[in-house]
Amino acid sequence: MKVGQGELWAGRALLLALMAFTVLPFISIFVTALHPSNTLPTGLEWPADPQWGNFVEAFNVAKIPTLLLSSTYLILAIVPVSLVISTMAGFAIGLLRIPGSRVLLFLFVFGLTIPFTGLVVPIYILERAMHIYNTRLAIVLPLIALYMPFAVFWMRAHFVNMPTELSEAARVDGATTWDLFWRIHAPLARAPITSLGILMSIWTWNQFLLAIVLVEDPMERTMAGALGFFQGHYATDIPLLCACTILTLLPTLLLFVLFQRQIITALLQGAVKG
Amino acid sequence: MVTSDNRPAALAVSRGTFLSKRVRRETLVGWLFVLPALLMYAVFVLVPILLTILYSFYRWSGVGPMTWVGLRNYVTVFQVPDLIGTIYNAFSLVVLFSFVPVGLGLVVASVIHRVATGWFGAVARTVLFLPQVIPLVAAGIIWCWLLAGPGLINEILRAVGLGTIARAWLGDFHWARPAVGLIGIWVLLGFCIVLLVTAITQIDPSFYESARIDGASWFAEFFSITLPMLRHEIGVCLTVTVINALAAFDIVYVSTAGGPGNSTAVPGTQIYVLAFTQRTIGQASALAVMLMALVVLVILPIQRLSREVAQ
Repeated sequence: MKVGQGELWAGRALLLALMAFTVLPFISIFVTALHPSNTLPTGLEWPADPQWGNFVEAFNVAKIPTLLLSSTYLILAIVPVSLVISTMAGFAIGLLRIPGSRVLLFLFVFGLTIPFTGLVVPIYILERAMHIYNTRLAIVLPLIALYMPFAVFWMRAHFVNMPTELSEAARVDGATTWDLFWRIHAPLARAPITSLGILMSIWTWNQFLLAIVLVEDPMERTMAGALGFFQGHYATDIPLLCACTILTLLPTLLLFVLFQRQIITALLQGAVKG
Repeated sequence: MVTSDNRPAALAVSRGTFLSKRVRRETLVGWLFVLPALLMYAVFVLVPILLTILYSFYRWSGVGPMTWVGLRNYVTVFQVPDLIGTIYNAFSLVVLFSFVPVGLGLVVASVIHRVATGWFGAVARTVLFLPQVIPLVAAGIIWCWLLAGPGLINEILRAVGLGTIARAWLGDFHWARPAVGLIGIWVLLGFCIVLLVTAITQIDPSFYESARIDGASWFAEFFSITLPMLRHEIGVCLTVTVINALAAFDIVYVSTAGGPGNSTAVPGTQIYVLAFTQRTIGQASALAVMLMALVVLVILPIQRLSREVAQ
């Protein structure tokens, strides 16, 4: 390949600069978190006496175990249900091609363009009327629904490419529609289901708007929702806020490092298909 | 259905009727498969859309009686500078959230493709993608601190001798919006780069090989091969980033809450304030309807362009 040495190094320098732009903010809040509580340190100054205790304090103040439990609970309530019902719907629309499937697909795809911010007010009023406002269900039910446009679209994209011979052969052997779905096509859809599960878990963990509007107790919110609450409460104590932020980010960063290939692929495919 | 199938008469009728019955049964089963997803979607997405439209014609505090006001809430949006200003702000965020990451992303992606193919490229990919997986709230909090008076940005400015322009960026009337835009760039740039790099690697390498044998410069390669081949992916990046700008909430709410004044308020934060602070559900709903219409109006042409060219 004919890429000149000069260009090679210029290109690498540009990349390094961008990587620094991405990483420096993380380093800055990490360094800040090590300064004594209630002080106003400057940007990247390494503290004379690193206060590792700040992380312990943040861990206690932010009730990290409670938060982890709450977010995990939300993910367990939302993701499996969403996966099952969207896979079933994608199967019926993409593979069975039931009458009306074009209309159904259009209806779901239409939902892809609706921003959460446009729906949060009526959802709030609806939930008050249903008496689920300010419970965990208040986040669980609308999030499942809001994931449906993408999830159904995603699963349909998989099923629509499955060969019909497979189903016909099974039909001849006397399989019911449910057998067809549960024994043959659901196992074959493992890859797209896994990616979708990863995506919805990240989205749930990071959901902010619904969490702050629909649940008053920050300890019953998502990770992002609780983080927003800390900001309001510890706005004056920058080092402690930074420590809280780092602690709430750690699980996500850890998962990202472990599953980076799947996560990046899923997020990219999600964008391209959506 | 089961009872009618078991009727002895069913055996006697012609094969045609038997088939159509089977088809009807299958249709019913198929719809049962869609039903749970459709039901959830209808109750928590379709009904709320209709409710938003309905509320937008009323004056209502969320409790008590509703007063029909016709189109007055929409007229108010156009008349009150603080309300129509949010839509203007959203569009100016599009420039920073969308055009910068997509434009810069294209350049960087083609550079990565040319000079960083091995492990360095892989590491760059992972690092640049980091801001995509953390909550937007965290990005907002982190940058709030970086852009503050004693924060990193000002420290860097002072270090390079530009200390005179140092300021609390998010509290400055002129600079708050570009500062919020910078946060958006930080979050979205990596996503665009990684998406575009992945797409470039899928372009038939023989195009690039023949170009390089001819000694084509980066410039020539970029405009004659990379750009035309990536139209679909550019469309995707534009769609994602434009939605992020128009429907922004998390970043703005955390970093400036719309201030100073209303200089960074976007429809998302304004809907929140109207509905949950000022308790004017009707006014909030009118703005929400306009936001939803706006997103559809902006996204449809982008989708159409990138699809048509791709085919």
